[in-house]
Amino acid sequence: MIDKKLHIFIDGIVNYFNHLGSNVEAKVGSPYLINSMDRINSDYTGSISVTGSYQGFCYFSAPTILLKHLIMSLGETDTSDEMILDTVGEVANTLSGNARETLGSDFIISVPNIIKGPPQHDQNHSDQRIYTIPINWNSYRAQLGVCLYQ
Amino acid sequence: MIVDDSNLIRKKIAREFDHSKFDLVASAANGEQAVELFKQFSPHVVTMDITMPHIDGIKCIENLVAINPDVMILVVSALNDKATGMEALEKGAMGFINKPFTQTDITQALDALVED
Repeated sequence: MIDKKLHIFIDGIVNYFNHLGSNVEAKVGSPYLINSMDRINSDYTGSISVTGSYQGFCYFSAPTILLKHLIMSLGETDTSDEMILDTVGEVANTLSGNARETLGSDFIISVPNIIKGPPQHDQNHSDQRIYTIPINWNSYRAQLGVCLYQ
Repeated sequence: MIVDDSNLIRKKIAREFDHSKFDLVASAANGEQAVELFKQFSPHVVTMDITMPHIDGIKCIENLVAINPDVMILVVSALNDKATGMEALEKGAMGFINKPFTQTDITQALDALVED
């Protein structure tokens, strides 16, 4: 069912990068299904747990260079590890939170769980499908993962 | 005063305060810290995130308004559904802008807050 609502997250990604003031639009590729996150290779991940009308999680995962560039686009000069972790969590929070405009206030999101490294498979949702939305911004590649079910 | 669990967002809003008529007196990373700093500094204007650890923004608005009913609170949140906006306004917030936001968005929202 969530496959029919992936456009919500795609629109959110485009909107997010349009607000950076960098004049560089994000290009979003076609979403695809993955069964495992073993092959995802990213430096940092912000993950949001979802409860309420949907169960599951969303994550934003990106390489260091993209996140440093994103931070600087926001006018910030501190690109420390701490700031990068904060940023990847904030992007995950924003993209998930914005989905409530369409999915409603029963789409309840957690505070971000931020990790250095690729996303970790949540054993609570191990039998669920995960959609990966590829993002290309400034020639850097990131991804938004969406695993939601009712 | 700025209340947001993201350092990136606190610093982004703080830069706007630097170029505005407001003096930034405090920044808080969660609702508990916000209440303590609010009691200490008595700010007139507060920007408030909603999704935060310990005490969320809605509860924090309630707490701050209970301390000072005249405080002007601008919600700055990624939660852009109508119900959240309405709940924040019912608890005493006076404005709402969505994340992501531009510097212009926050300038206009803060100006509108104090003009009303």
